[in-house]
Amino acid sequence: MFDTSALHKGIELLPYFLNVLGMGALTTLGLTAAAFVVAVLLGFCLALMRLSRSRALRLIASVYLEILRNVPILTQLFILYFGLTYVGITLPAIGAAIIGFGLNGAAILSEVFRASIRTIDRGQSEAAFSIGMTRALALRLVVLPQAFKVAIPGMANFAIGLLKDTSLASAAAVPELTFKARMLVSETYQTNLIYFLLAVIYLALSLTLSYWAARTERRLKVVKEN
Amino acid sequence: MAESTPLVRIEGLYKCFGNLEVLKGIDLNVQQGQKISLIGPSGSGKTTLLRCVNYLEEPTRGDIYIDDELIGQRLVGTRKVPMGDKQLARMRAGIGMVFQRFNLFPHLSVLENIILGPLKVQYRERAEAVALAEDLLDKVGMSAKRDAFPEQLSGGQQQRIAIARALAMRPKLMLFDEATSALDPELVGEVLGVMRKLAEEGMTMIIVTHEMSFAESVSDQVIFMADGNIVEQGPPRQIFRDSQVERTRSFIRAVQEH
Repeated sequence: MFDTSALHKGIELLPYFLNVLGMGALTTLGLTAAAFVVAVLLGFCLALMRLSRSRALRLIASVYLEILRNVPILTQLFILYFGLTYVGITLPAIGAAIIGFGLNGAAILSEVFRASIRTIDRGQSEAAFSIGMTRALALRLVVLPQAFKVAIPGMANFAIGLLKDTSLASAAAVPELTFKARMLVSETYQTNLIYFLLAVIYLALSLTLSYWAARTERRLKVVKEN
Repeated sequence: MAESTPLVRIEGLYKCFGNLEVLKGIDLNVQQGQKISLIGPSGSGKTTLLRCVNYLEEPTRGDIYIDDELIGQRLVGTRKVPMGDKQLARMRAGIGMVFQRFNLFPHLSVLENIILGPLKVQYRERAEAVALAEDLLDKVGMSAKRDAFPEQLSGGQQQRIAIARALAMRPKLMLFDEATSALDPELVGEVLGVMRKLAEEGMTMIIVTHEMSFAESVSDQVIFMADGNIVEQGPPRQIFRDSQVERTRSFIRAVQEH
């Protein structure tokens, strides 16, 4: 027979669950936002390095990209969180996660940025050069503003992926959503209800992000067409 | 007319793309105020020659002087080394260029396209740049489209804005790279009209074109190129009517047949 008492108990505990998971959601959002900022800044530098005329810069960026892209993110997190303690560096769990996801995301975003810059027609740079712009100025005033619009969908995809991937940080004791959920499960054994809530919260956060990205993209297009 | 120092002096210019030799030793002088048309079959090297003048293409060999200044290279002792980015940009600022595909900046309005160079390259006051841009918009007959974006304009309108954008830098020389080749036939006239007006005002112009009657009526000198060489150079009448060179005559005959 279906045990209704467990469900009943679970519904009684719902406010407690939501409270704890809410705290976890804030940590997840904070971790995602901070790692995203690190990834954008570093990824942008890497993209410029890969497009640079200097062979050394291109090589450094490529090596970075290949290493970060081909080692699982969980392994990278473990190295940052556990491994560095052996050489005397102890990072707080959340700090290690921000750095880990940021460094890893930079590799992914640098590819998004590089591809976006590549889509801008060469004639645009040539026109900028022809009115006396240096390479740096042409990039800043002509190429990047156009490439940014191209990059938005890729950046949004990355952000949504990042939001979900931060659940891996639970393995490194970061008190984010998934970590909190597992804690609640071991505390109350309300497995089904808690993981169902967890899924709903991730879904709500991801959909909000997608909606936000789509609106930003649309707004930039409208500006251009008016 | 006394020969003064030419505004543009091209000496022994070679350009190769890989194994393909596109320019095979071009010598050419352009005097202040002169209008030179470059004509010839496609693949003859005329566009490459034009692009070498503002160093969008780097010559394989040979020198180009603008106002007696070597462009793209500088002398270190007796050795020539490539010019720095800043120095090259400064030289290009004095040379306007109009492209076949317009290349307006699509994220900027018409006015912003025109004032971008004066503001960010020449550091002019905004009010001054806007006033200059409005004069130029009037000159190319586009004042009504001041706040439009490039994609809302026809090809002919875009090209007239591109000319205004180049003129906003107050160049001493204007390069036109097949400025009407990408236009629908009914839009060619409005762009040629603006170019003609510019020519009448005394601008020095090098024009790569397939518009033979325009080249004939506007140019002081016409240069016929084929296979990377200058085949014949002379006043329009000589090239279009009385050429003694068979290669020139057959080209002129071919383009005038339709």
